[in-house]
Amino acid sequence: MKFTRRTSAVAALSLSAALTLAGCAGSSNDSSSGSGDNGGSSGGKVTVTFLPKNLGNPYFDTSDAGGKKAVEEFGGTYQEVGPDTASPDAQVQYINTAAQQGVKALVVSANDPKAICSAINDAQSAGTKVITFDSDTSPDCRDLFINQASAEGIAKSQIDLISQQIGDSGEIAILSASANATNQNAWIEMMKTELKNHPNIKLVDTVYGDDDDQTSFDKTAALLQSHPNLKGIISPTTVGIAAAARYLSTSSSKGKVMLTGLGTPNQMRDYVKDGTVKAFALWNPGDLGYLAAYAAKALVAGDIKGKEGDKFSAGKLGEFTVGKDGTVLLGDPFVFDASNIDKFQF
Amino acid sequence: MSRTYAAHTQPLWRRVLLTRESAVIALLVIVTVYSLADVANFDGPLTLTYLLLDITPILLIALPMTMVIITGEIDLSVASVVGLSSVLLGDLHQAGLSIPLAALLACGAGLLCGALNGFLVAYVGLPSLAVTIGTLALYRGLAVGLLGTTAITDFPKNWTDLARAKIAGTSVPVVMDVVIVLAVVFVLLLHFSTFGRGVYDIGLNEEAAHFTGVNVARTKFVVLVLSGVVSAMAGVFFTLRFGSARGDNAAGLELQVIAAVLLGGVSIFGGRGRLHGVLAGVVLIGVISSALRLESVTVNVINIIIGLLLVASVVASSLLTWVTTKLRRIAPETPPTRAPAAGVATPERQAS
Repeated sequence: MKFTRRTSAVAALSLSAALTLAGCAGSSNDSSSGSGDNGGSSGGKVTVTFLPKNLGNPYFDTSDAGGKKAVEEFGGTYQEVGPDTASPDAQVQYINTAAQQGVKALVVSANDPKAICSAINDAQSAGTKVITFDSDTSPDCRDLFINQASAEGIAKSQIDLISQQIGDSGEIAILSASANATNQNAWIEMMKTELKNHPNIKLVDTVYGDDDDQTSFDKTAALLQSHPNLKGIISPTTVGIAAAARYLSTSSSKGKVMLTGLGTPNQMRDYVKDGTVKAFALWNPGDLGYLAAYAAKALVAGDIKGKEGDKFSAGKLGEFTVGKDGTVLLGDPFVFDASNIDKFQF
Repeated sequence: MSRTYAAHTQPLWRRVLLTRESAVIALLVIVTVYSLADVANFDGPLTLTYLLLDITPILLIALPMTMVIITGEIDLSVASVVGLSSVLLGDLHQAGLSIPLAALLACGAGLLCGALNGFLVAYVGLPSLAVTIGTLALYRGLAVGLLGTTAITDFPKNWTDLARAKIAGTSVPVVMDVVIVLAVVFVLLLHFSTFGRGVYDIGLNEEAAHFTGVNVARTKFVVLVLSGVVSAMAGVFFTLRFGSARGDNAAGLELQVIAAVLLGGVSIFGGRGRLHGVLAGVVLIGVISSALRLESVTVNVINIIIGLLLVASVVASSLLTWVTTKLRRIAPETPPTRAPAAGVATPERQAS
């Protein structure tokens, strides 16, 4: 087929319309990409990019809002980017982009412990400090990891909660996120170790809801069907516990099968009040993002190198010390129940 | 060249410049120049490397996909073949095979995937849309089933480094060598061979092609097999580049490939299109995505813009045909000198 002049004109017109749209979308978001050449020579401001596992996840909305607050406190420039699905290859493109932009620090929750490492190394050689939070990469490929809670601390709090709720005996199951999530697997391993102190509790199944509401909902239904004697479910993921609670709250198992895990107060408030859930745990993701941003600033300023024993100050959270393997621990998990849940809004 | 002969009553410059392919190439130049001038950091040394690495799987799969679409068929299963070959590469490597051998077997699996598509479409005579929607689910299901939701990431560093390495002294990735060789092969096959002529003939009129001696079934079978093999090669590259074999690798890539092919001027109804337009279309999508990411535009907005671009490019040509037909009906007494300009897009002036 051939194109006439008129054809070309209209084609060019419609395409330029699409491009104009692109231009508008671009310029409205310009603030973060103002200065700097490739390779990290942007002005004096500390530019911090947050790269969550995926966008549109309320957990990361909260943590990144905490990061934004901290970045604004110390007068840096904040931006948040991310893929729409939590896959490592999509994340790599954003790490590459951060390297191209020459941002001073990249705060990332890793979708895979190894797959994003070479991209992180590229960014580091372009002068970007890389801090992982929430979900770590291999320790040798990032500068610092901000750990929300130690695996031991989380595992112990989860097992303690479920054992109190089911009277320290009976069948339990775990509803996790995706099967290769670094943090989930570490916690599940620690829970299994912790369960040795509770000989009457039997872990009968571990299922994966992929941090998707509908999948987690369906897996909860399937768990209850395949294990009629189930007494408790642990869901150490915010999406999973909310979906499981939604299923339980309208099922005949409500009040019979105990549910605990890691959840956010806003998601779980109704289920705590209607008795589906007695208590659950979490750290404050806002504090986690806040701490990560201050750690980024300390690294960029050269106050710390990410070595064990380095100390830095994190605004309202106080003083922190870098631990083994370049890890900074936020603190112990916090238990939410009917008595305190209304004090928290996140 | 292709079967889309230009109207030779027109001067050469018009035949060469006023084509759909030239429009895409012009747009690519405009967008690139604009990005270099106005997008911060787009002119940096890393941009070209990352851009080319990002579009390599799409470039590869677009080559056979162009042929598939020109025959009037479609292959929606390509991204699932990428996933399956990725998982096989990981599994076979973990079972102790060397990377080249595992990659070869993964490509062999891609060949089988393509052969199944080709058999059902060409010899059983089922519509490719239905067949490849089915195999899209089937191959993806096999991929996820083989590996579960885990990932294999312990690939040898020399191989993952090679997948990301640059040609010495440039910012062009080494893998572009493979892309260029394959592109040359496909250009020769599609535009300079009897087989390629058959591909166009089938797309224009399958029955007529049959009567002029084109082996319709075999041609369709071959292009779908090529699609499977090249998708598996893209899967091997994808896996090594990210150092991660996962069942859900490259999910949704088929849409980007088909978008690029259509944007590059290939008709979804078959029979029309050229590879240089398609390659420009792929690079155009790559440049737009890269520039928008550098401007910190979120992924949803990027998808909206590329979607709009695609719809606009498909709608523009259909709309133009409709408009020119209407205009000719209103003014049938068009002076003969202007006729080619006003009427080339109408059926009676299309290629034989």
